[in-house]
Amino acid sequence: MFVFVVSFCTYLLLSWSGKLSVQEVTIAFSLAAVISFVTSSSSRSGFWSMRGLSPFRWWNFVRYVFGPFAVGLAQANLDVAKRLITGDINPGIVKFNPRLKTDMGRMMLANSITLTPGTLTVDIDDDGVFYIHVLSLRSENPSEEDICGPFGQWARRILE
Amino acid sequence: MVLGIFVGLLLLVGLVFNCLGVASMYRFPDVYTRMHGATKCTTFGTLFTIFGLLLYSFVRFIAVEGESRFMVLFIHVFIAGVVLMISNPTGAHALARAAHRSKTLPEPALVDVLEEKERHKGGIAA
Repeated sequence: MFVFVVSFCTYLLLSWSGKLSVQEVTIAFSLAAVISFVTSSSSRSGFWSMRGLSPFRWWNFVRYVFGPFAVGLAQANLDVAKRLITGDINPGIVKFNPRLKTDMGRMMLANSITLTPGTLTVDIDDDGVFYIHVLSLRSENPSEEDICGPFGQWARRILE
Repeated sequence: MVLGIFVGLLLLVGLVFNCLGVASMYRFPDVYTRMHGATKCTTFGTLFTIFGLLLYSFVRFIAVEGESRFMVLFIHVFIAGVVLMISNPTGAHALARAAHRSKTLPEPALVDVLEEKERHKGGIAA
């Protein structure tokens, strides 16, 4: 249901040009139905599941994107820009286990980590252990806080 | 006039970050560290460019009543930003993973637990 609603809305938003015709809505409806049926086999929760549409979750997601994520993104960008000019780097690949069970949660955390400069998700193994390339390491065994700040907690709160 | 200054500032900040991304290609030593600058300083720069466009189209939409083309621009730029935020880290991750699997190891590196794990398993197992 989540895929259906997202693809329906995206098509309408892309094709909207001031007014909405019945034909556009029909095309959007049929395309969204096809897409959601094709992708439903790869989703664990099934076609009619409403879990992805809970407004509470989306509200938390929006708060996350504009709150801690935006702050982390800005801080990390300035930090990398500084290191770029001074050349003070100390790279290495470290691992940590955020204990996320769902694929969606892992995807969100991995994308957040990769989008933040200075940290890059290289691999995730089957147990959910993240292997992360860090631009400036302080120790060989950093904690979760050192690598991704509050992102792990938020991913657990939104998607678990 | 004021709108022009604000939008120009946002575009300028975006341009500076994109230039830093280019500079990182020359400054950093290996493929992973270069990827930090090349894929992500550019994201931040492009986000500022997108903010500039969003601000411009929104203010013009408010100012010119009944001009839906600015709202259309707003929506399209917004969708472009969302797609960028999803596809950019996914692409960076795919590149890094492919580089590591084809034995391009980080050099220099303080520690590389992924390489240790693969050696422990006796080569790269899928």
